Amino acid sequence: MSGEGGGATRKAVEAVWRIESARLIGGLVAVVRDVGLAEDLAQEALVTALERWPETGIPENPGAWLMATARNRAIDLRRQRRMQERKHDAIDEETSRLPRAGPDLETVLDESVGDDLLRLVLITCHPVLSAEARVALTLRLLGGLATDEIARAFLVPEPTIAQRIVRAKRTLGEARVPFEVPRGPELSARLPSALEAIYLVFNEGYAATKGDDWTRPALCEEALRLGRILAQLVPGEAEVHGLVALMEIHASRLPARVGPSGEPILLLDQDRSRWDQLLLHRGLAALVRAEALKQPLGPYALQAAIAGCHARARTATETDWEGIVALYDALAQLTQSPVVELNRAVAVSMAFGPAAGLELVDALVNEPALASYHLLPSVRADFLVKLGRLDEARKELERAAALAQNARERELLLMRAAACRTAGSS
Amino acid sequence: MRVMVFVPGDANSEAGTMPSPELVGKMMKFNEELVKAGVMLAGDGLMPTSTAKRVRFSGSQRTVLDGPFAETKELIAGYWIWQVKSIEEAVEWLKRAPFDGGVEVTLRPIFDPADFGKELPPELRAKEEKLRAEVARHRGS
Repeated sequence: MSGEGGGATRKAVEAVWRIESARLIGGLVAVVRDVGLAEDLAQEALVTALERWPETGIPENPGAWLMATARNRAIDLRRQRRMQERKHDAIDEETSRLPRAGPDLETVLDESVGDDLLRLVLITCHPVLSAEARVALTLRLLGGLATDEIARAFLVPEPTIAQRIVRAKRTLGEARVPFEVPRGPELSARLPSALEAIYLVFNEGYAATKGDDWTRPALCEEALRLGRILAQLVPGEAEVHGLVALMEIHASRLPARVGPSGEPILLLDQDRSRWDQLLLHRGLAALVRAEALKQPLGPYALQAAIAGCHARARTATETDWEGIVALYDALAQLTQSPVVELNRAVAVSMAFGPAAGLELVDALVNEPALASYHLLPSVRADFLVKLGRLDEARKELERAAALAQNARERELLLMRAAACRTAGSS
Repeated sequence: MRVMVFVPGDANSEAGTMPSPELVGKMMKFNEELVKAGVMLAGDGLMPTSTAKRVRFSGSQRTVLDGPFAETKELIAGYWIWQVKSIEEAVEWLKRAPFDGGVEVTLRPIFDPADFGKELPPELRAKEEKLRAEVARHRGS
């Protein structure tokens, strides 16, 4: 294989992997009923492809090729195991990774790809797994991301992610998670843990909690892709469309959220002409789909509706704040979350003045869940500035800066604190 | 990254002839695959250039020209915008599209607004920052 030609094939194989891996692993899980084994088989097929395709060229139907290769390997494994069992005349059920009573390997594949993918989503996002484990396993098995890619995206060492994935697979095995795809209300009950994992990926990209960059758009794109896939798998679930709408609308603001020197720009200060109109329209369309299902709006659809209110305002001053307050009322009732209460306070201040907002925020000051949340003092500072209480505002901004994890955000808070001092002394 | 896929027109698309139901079916299936994979952001077919207009710019003059336009080779009959991880991924998707007969379909990466910001020359960037500051001041007042 020539250097350049080999590199080009390698890139093409990676692209095929990106497109096919989730379907491949999903199809294999359906048959072998073991996530770890399914991934091993798929990876072995990938290695074979990397060896052969540079010489043979990429086959016409690379997905089918990979599946056939993995399937043959699975059949080999089963044969070997049967021979060993005969030799030793003992059956060790614990170590038998291929169930003998499983469906017929030769015929079951290629049927109902959608079910296979949905099964894979539900397993990688199973509630027995921690949110972190769900995120790592989902990105790896559904996103087709390599362990080092996931580690880089989350700014954690590669062995940490590798371990998380190994442990997640072990947990799934030990919990004997069923492989049947649930239907109806049972399916709906399983979705929140999948939506949460996808939204975690998105948020890590949208408001990076660590490091010097304010956003990491690649993670947002990955989460959007997963969300769109899920929305196609379960089109009757309003919350899935709600989550997609929320992510599309938020992502549409990415180009306006970062200033020329990398500093964050807050929603109301953003240049709205920079919002990505394509994503914005996709987001609003997804919101319409969520609302059209006539189910009570869940937390994602409500947040998307709030984002939609902002998106529909041509300028910040045209924002329908009273509409947003009403949506926050519903969201606060549903979630009982102090963070939502804090956001509600902001909306109230915009609709009914900073004094009304301050009253709500003051009620949250002793909330233990918000004790180290930098946005609490930051929001309180906003109201105090508007009320002309600059000295108090400065102290709150300094407190917020000390709590902020993101370098860019901290910088911005300190700048605002300094501005309070200058304005206060003049 | 986003890529734009340009589907060229031909005598049939220019004549407004619909493709065979078989081809339409295959194309619908392909589009469905793209949507299911979360790759498709947008895509449309374009009407023949007999319905098109052109505006020619010369100094302060604008001349409007009516279609149809003759050079069919250059004409576009449809487009997609895809969200992919690499141009190679887009190529692998495109290879699955139901085209035939020697047609050449072009894929081009779309500028990311962030890339564009980075590539602004310093004087333009300074200008933009000034503009932004002015906008902020107006909003504040």
